[in-house]
Amino acid sequence: MLVTQQEQLRTEVTALVDRLGPGRSSLIPILQDVKWRYHDIDSDAMQIIADLLDIHPVEVYGVATFYAFLDPEAQGEFVVRLCTTVSCELAGKETIARQLETELGIAFGETSEDGRFTLDHAACMGMCDQGPALLVNDKVYTRVTPETVRQIVAECRAAYSGHAAERQGGYLV
Amino acid sequence: MSTETRGNTLTFASIDADAGLRAALALSRPDIIDTVSASGMKGRGGAGFPTGMKWNFAGSEKGDEKYVICNADEGEPGTFKDRVILTEFPDLVFAGMTIAGRAIGASLGIVYLRGEYTYLRSHLNAVIKQRRAAGLLGEDVGGVKGFDFDIIVALGAGAYVCGEETALIESLEGFRGEPRNRPPFPVVAGFRNCPTTVNNVETLASAACIFAKGVDWFKSFGTDRSTGFKLFSISGDCEQPGVYEFPFGITVEDLLKEVGGGDAKAVQIGGASGTCVPRKDFSRRMAFEDIPTGGSVIVFGPGRDMLDVAGNFLEFFVDESCGQCTPCRLGNVKMLEAVGMLKDGTCSAEYVAELRELNVTMQVASKCGLGQTSSNAFMSILEHFGDEIMDRAPQAESARS
Repeated sequence: MLVTQQEQLRTEVTALVDRLGPGRSSLIPILQDVKWRYHDIDSDAMQIIADLLDIHPVEVYGVATFYAFLDPEAQGEFVVRLCTTVSCELAGKETIARQLETELGIAFGETSEDGRFTLDHAACMGMCDQGPALLVNDKVYTRVTPETVRQIVAECRAAYSGHAAERQGGYLV
Repeated sequence: MSTETRGNTLTFASIDADAGLRAALALSRPDIIDTVSASGMKGRGGAGFPTGMKWNFAGSEKGDEKYVICNADEGEPGTFKDRVILTEFPDLVFAGMTIAGRAIGASLGIVYLRGEYTYLRSHLNAVIKQRRAAGLLGEDVGGVKGFDFDIIVALGAGAYVCGEETALIESLEGFRGEPRNRPPFPVVAGFRNCPTTVNNVETLASAACIFAKGVDWFKSFGTDRSTGFKLFSISGDCEQPGVYEFPFGITVEDLLKEVGGGDAKAVQIGGASGTCVPRKDFSRRMAFEDIPTGGSVIVFGPGRDMLDVAGNFLEFFVDESCGQCTPCRLGNVKMLEAVGMLKDGTCSAEYVAELRELNVTMQVASKCGLGQTSSNAFMSILEHFGDEIMDRAPQAESARS
């Protein structure tokens, strides 16, 4: 990470700490925000967060790696998560899984080289009556068919910002 | 986006949440708890702990700093009723939280919303804002002098185990969601070490109904030991999946008739950590005294391979075990391996017997409900569908069983 980027991140996290308070409870909301903005939580980010919350960076690492949605590894702008639970399986999840892999050209667990897409599995998403279901970032799609997979991917490609890797605004509302 | 499926009309739709809140605020704090105790309501998340007793424990603790937590980390596979409640009846949930806050003496309520439901957050925050403007949250709630109560929404980040109340509290405090040793229970030392009541979304909404319509009305539904009505999340091989409301005590058979799943071979009740009920047991009842459940019902049609079902659940638990307790962390891996062996026909009956012993170890030596229940489904599938499953074993080995 460039020094200027580090400075920017430090300013952003400082603003979050001011808003949420310097206590340990702020850690997960801060990680959610950093992950949302940058699609990863690298070791510099962990060090900065640890400094500002006055905890050891290994604590930050421990928390980030525990939660599926805080995966520190770099992910694409669109994280596509297909529900793997048995209800979605009964509803034909496997067909959708194959369709996603061919449409995106990546396997589950992978991120596309252009940084647009990450394909992953999700535990039950609470859409069991409307499977197969998938999440694209925060957005839910239900009763997905091979044809809607094509549409969903096309929507994402159209919405892709093209250059800026980081999102504007914040995760917290 | 999703289009809601709905099986039948929910009682929640006919309840005025704020009438419930006003009725509760007119009572003294002990009377609120007595009313909930008298209703006989048990927790709707699945564990079935009496709600009045939980509130009473938290209310009896000394100290001014107490918390009400709404457990909206609905992660049990096959469960989605809380999503519907939060979408359609958030006022009932918030009224229930406010009543709980009054009862135990808390001034902050926290909704722990699972990360997968992030899209509901702005909706919930908008309702909270309206309630503040209406004087139903904030200072002197409902005009009761000195009763200050507010609600915030905190987001989970994708961890099933955080539905366990002490893991949820760890997560709220900024730690890995690893369950704590109990005692002390959260009602004594919960969030920030203060007395905390953690209640399921549906429990809190139902509490508001009890105050709106009365204890006798509530007890007119259900059975003696499982009072009230319950929301069921129905999915799988049936004609009309969706959220249904039934009184406690309904038989599996009657429920399947309602949802169009009459030809089912088996149903999984209570999600991945629940139990698999075969066709011959469809006369059993959904109630805490027979089959306890948080309301998840997954229907399996005649053609389904039950070993695939067991494998799916175990993959889930291998992923979601927090890793603290060895029997859970490794036990689930061994169970999943065994499913593969059974599929290949390379699992001996002797090994199946060992798996049963491992199941007992996991039940007694895991700290939280995850490890204690994760192999239930596999074990009940082995018990009820043993013939179908062991059929794949090579002749020499299956003959030993």
